[in-house]
Amino acid sequence: MNMPRQDQEAITVTIRPASLRDANDIVALDDHVTGENKAAFWTDILTRYSGDSAADERFFLVAEAGDGQLAGFIVGEIRAWEFGSPPCGWVIALNVNPQLRERGIGTQLFDALGEEMSALGITTIRTMVRRDDKVNLSFFRGEGLAAGPYIELERHLD
Amino acid sequence: MKLQKASRYALYAVLHLASEPGRQYSTADIAEHYGISTHHLAKVMRALVRCGLIESVRGVGGGYRFTGNVRRTTLWDVISEFESLEANIDIPENVGGEAEIIINGLDTVNDELDTLIRATLDSITLQTLLRYGEDATRRSRQP
Repeated sequence: MNMPRQDQEAITVTIRPASLRDANDIVALDDHVTGENKAAFWTDILTRYSGDSAADERFFLVAEAGDGQLAGFIVGEIRAWEFGSPPCGWVIALNVNPQLRERGIGTQLFDALGEEMSALGITTIRTMVRRDDKVNLSFFRGEGLAAGPYIELERHLD
Repeated sequence: MKLQKASRYALYAVLHLASEPGRQYSTADIAEHYGISTHHLAKVMRALVRCGLIESVRGVGGGYRFTGNVRRTTLWDVISEFESLEANIDIPENVGGEAEIIINGLDTVNDELDTLIRATLDSITLQTLLRYGEDATRRSRQP
């Protein structure tokens, strides 16, 4: 049974490493999507995950539409032996401009990150998503991710 | 959780209609295709119309058509009308005495299972479900 695509036409974007010059656009996109301004957080992440100071195992990629507009971004990192896990790639943030969703941009960002990690010998990629975040959960499922060998546990400290 | 027959029929119908969005199929067409009861499927189709997942098209050549998006509509969207997630562990009600604390503990486990099952079902789109099915079928046919 083949399903016809119901999306709008895919947009081809330019994917490049992020730099501190992208900070305002990244903060604005995240603010627009989440409703929270986290300027200090993103500036810190950009400082540590992009540019010459970034370690080899950290990645901050942005997708640029034809007009130079920020279409989305992805942040990832290779981590080893946390929770007993062998080296593994993590997606720690992914965001696409809501007006440009369903156009293949998230997939292009995810694929680009996967290629960077594969080149370093990584064979598994994982992420963590709120269980009520249907958009991101279904996106990552669509990219082939499924429940893995770990369960996240937490409690309130009171 | 034991999947209700109505849920299975709903998935057959929705995926059948979604495979050709421009075309309408009658209940009889779909029932014949999957070898299932037309009478039972008719009830399911009415429930799917109420949920807004399919719509009825009147007139010659009329039938039903899918109104959703296979990359957005999830397994839970389709089956939630027919399923209850309240019976993962079959726990007797109104148990008192020494057993009460154990039963209350099992209730907490049930709540966690319900939440996880619901989240899983609501994260699998129809397109992902089909890919799982195709992958599993391919594996099972490999010598």
